[in-house]
This record gives sequence, C-alpha cells and structure tokens, in this order.
Amino acid sequence: MTFIYLLVFGFAATAVLGLITSWIDRKVTARVQYRVGPPFLQPFIDIVKLLGKETVIPAGASKVTFLIAPVIGISGVIAVSTLLWVNQFFSDGFMGDWIVAIYLLTIPSISLILAGFASRNPLASLGASREMKLVIAYELPFILAALVPVISAQSIRLGVIIDSQAGGVFAGSISGILALIVAIMCVQAKLGLVPFDIPEAETEIVEGPIVEYSGPGLAIFKLMKNMLLFTLPFFLMILFFGGIRLHGINILWTVLEYVGIVAIITVIRNTNPRVRIDQAVKFFWGPMTLIAVVAVVLALNGL
Amino acid sequence: MSLKLKALLKSPWVFHLSTGSCNNCDIETLDCLTPRFDIERFGMLLVGSIKHADVLLVSGSCNRMSVERMKALYEQVPKPCLVVAIGTCSGSRGIFKDSYNCPVPLDKIIPVDVYIPGCPPKPEAIIAGAVKLIEKVGGAT
Repeated sequence: MTFIYLLVFGFAATAVLGLITSWIDRKVTARVQYRVGPPFLQPFIDIVKLLGKETVIPAGASKVTFLIAPVIGISGVIAVSTLLWVNQFFSDGFMGDWIVAIYLLTIPSISLILAGFASRNPLASLGASREMKLVIAYELPFILAALVPVISAQSIRLGVIIDSQAGGVFAGSISGILALIVAIMCVQAKLGLVPFDIPEAETEIVEGPIVEYSGPGLAIFKLMKNMLLFTLPFFLMILFFGGIRLHGINILWTVLEYVGIVAIITVIRNTNPRVRIDQAVKFFWGPMTLIAVVAVVLALNGL
Repeated sequence: MSLKLKALLKSPWVFHLSTGSCNNCDIETLDCLTPRFDIERFGMLLVGSIKHADVLLVSGSCNRMSVERMKALYEQVPKPCLVVAIGTCSGSRGIFKDSYNCPVPLDKIIPVDVYIPGCPPKPEAIIAGAVKLIEKVGGAT
C-alpha cells in the first residue's frame, strides 16, 4: 500500500500537476511580457527530451555524488508529497508529521548544494554556497510561519490541522494572514524564483549548481523543481486553507486557492529584479522574521 | 521518427556562440526572443550553459583564437546536437575570406546542419532557418 501511495500519488500525480503548474507559470510569464508562450505539453516534452540526451560527467568531478544528488533531491520531494497526499485523503498521519514535512522540504536544497560542490566548476560552487546561505536565511521565518497553524490547531499533526479548519480557515485570522505572507515569500526563495533566484542567477552564474548537469540528471532536477512548484503551494493550502476539499462548491474554492497562490508567486517573479545574497539574508532575518514572530504571538493569544 | 528525436525537435534549447563576430548576428539572434517573434512558441529557450544545449548557434568568422574554444565547446554538447551557422561570416567567412586570422571556414571544423546567410540575417530568416532545420532532421529519419 505504501508503495502505491509513493508511486501513484507521491510521484505520478505530483509530477503531472507540477508540470502543468510550470506550464501555467511559463504561460503567465509570457503573457506578462506580451508574448504568446509555450504550448501546453511543453514541460512534458522538455523532460522527455532531456531523458534522451547524453550524460556528460565533468573531468575531476566526484562521480558518485554528482550522479546521486538529483536522486536524493527527487526522493525528498516524493516523500514529502506522499506525506501530504496521505494526510489529505487517507489517514490522520502520525504524531509530529509536520516536523517531518518541514525537514523533508529542505532535502531538495541540500541536493542542489551537493550537486554544486560535486561538479568541480567554479560557477557551480558559487551557486551552491549561495544556496547554502539562502537556506540559512529562509528556514527561520518559514518554520515560524508554519508554526502558526500548529498553535491555532493545538496539534502537530497535519491531519488534525486540516480537520480543525473545517469551520473556518486559518488564513481568515490576523495571525494566519501574516504567517501566509511570510510563508509565500519563503516559498519564493525555496523554489529559487526571482527575486530570490540568487543561487541560479542565469545571467551571472548560468544556472548555478546545475550548470554541469546534462541529460537525465538535468531532467530529474527540472522535474524536482516542477514537483516542488506543486508541493509547496499544496503545503501552504494544508496549513492555511484546510487542504483540498472535494465536496460541493468547495472544489471551486480549492482550485481558486491553488491558482491564487501560484499566480501570486508568478506575479512576484515577474515584477521584481533579483536581489543580492546579503539583501536576501537581511530581508529574511529582518522584516520577515519580525512579522512571523508577531504572527506567532498573536496566534498564542488566540487571534 | 523515434520519440527521442521528436522530443528534441519540439524543444530545441539553443546555445549562442560568437566566434569573433561583429555582434550584429548576435543582436539579431536575441531579437528572436523578443515579444514580436517569440521563439518560445516552438519550445526554444536560450540557455546559458553548454551542457543544457541541443542546438549550437554559431556566428562569426572562426578566428584562430576562438576555434580552439569552439572545438572544446562542441565536444561538451550532450549528443544528439545540431549546429546552425548564422550569418555570412560563419557560412563562408564573408569579407574575411583572405584574412590571415580566419584560415578555415566553420564547416571544415565541425559539421554544420543549416546555414542562414545574411549580414546580418533578419530574425525572420533565422526562424525560417530553424524551420528548415526541423524539416531536414525530421524528414531524414
């Protein structure tokens, strides 16, 4: 049964939805720039194409780490999305699965850091070290923001967090909305999108940690990012909007919430310039942590 | 046609390589990405790393300094890959035919799939060349 959950929900459903989301992202970006944009199947074709290409391993690179890094990343995403799907539809989960989800969501960044340092490329190392700083920067406000639903629901189980929002979602309260703003900013950095695409910065360090990847390795990294593009908004929906609800008019609300979160991420991405790494760290440790702490205090007081 | 090749033709990611051009061809190439022409309609993306590329766009007259770099880059492209020569210089060396610095034309160094003549070629011509490349590769197999 676990295997079916992993394969069908954790991998297949998440990958398909993630690739569709990445098409929405690219299409909206193109429309913002008055372009036509790619056809609907483009993300799928990209992945198939990359799987058919040759793998080039750079001379002097750490071979095993270089090849295993994308696998580590994608297994992290599969594990966390399985956890979320199962909590959503099948069971109440176990005590402390919120912690496991937060922990597993860091694995993709770790895999990028591994990939960067294993590549033996100055640009990749630079990208990996920036990714490391960015992880240190956004984890604190992200955990604080994700703590708000836990305080409101009085439980550290995702299933209970979903159930306790049946009457009213946490995004409706003051503390919830503040935490949601912080969480969306952190998601932006977790996904590596502008303005926080400092590790990947295409124009200065050409894709950063994945600069040396080609063929299947690159395909897995692209798939990992696209799956994160679905998993992180899904996580936010579970924490702040009561997850996916599939009865009556709630289906419409669920779709609207999901598309709304993705649209906000895309619009932020398209209307901002890239910041420097020190500005990003200042932003996350300054205003964002402050807002998150205020949200936690408000939540503790029942607001 | 195999699935591999079909997917390659539906999403050719291009890498742009100037081997000592006057930059006019490069500007015209970048024009293809602008809203007016928008080659992302066909799935083409401009990538920064040679390891991500499927199509090598070469412009310029291949002078002595850049030929070695070009060979190194061509060896690093994950195969299968395609090469497009943009502009008169990379096609036949143009006005630099008798120059001391441009001894060998591009197609004597690496195999070229499509030539796009012009000095510089218009973005329309570059897109027409890309269509011909897809027809040629798709029709050959």
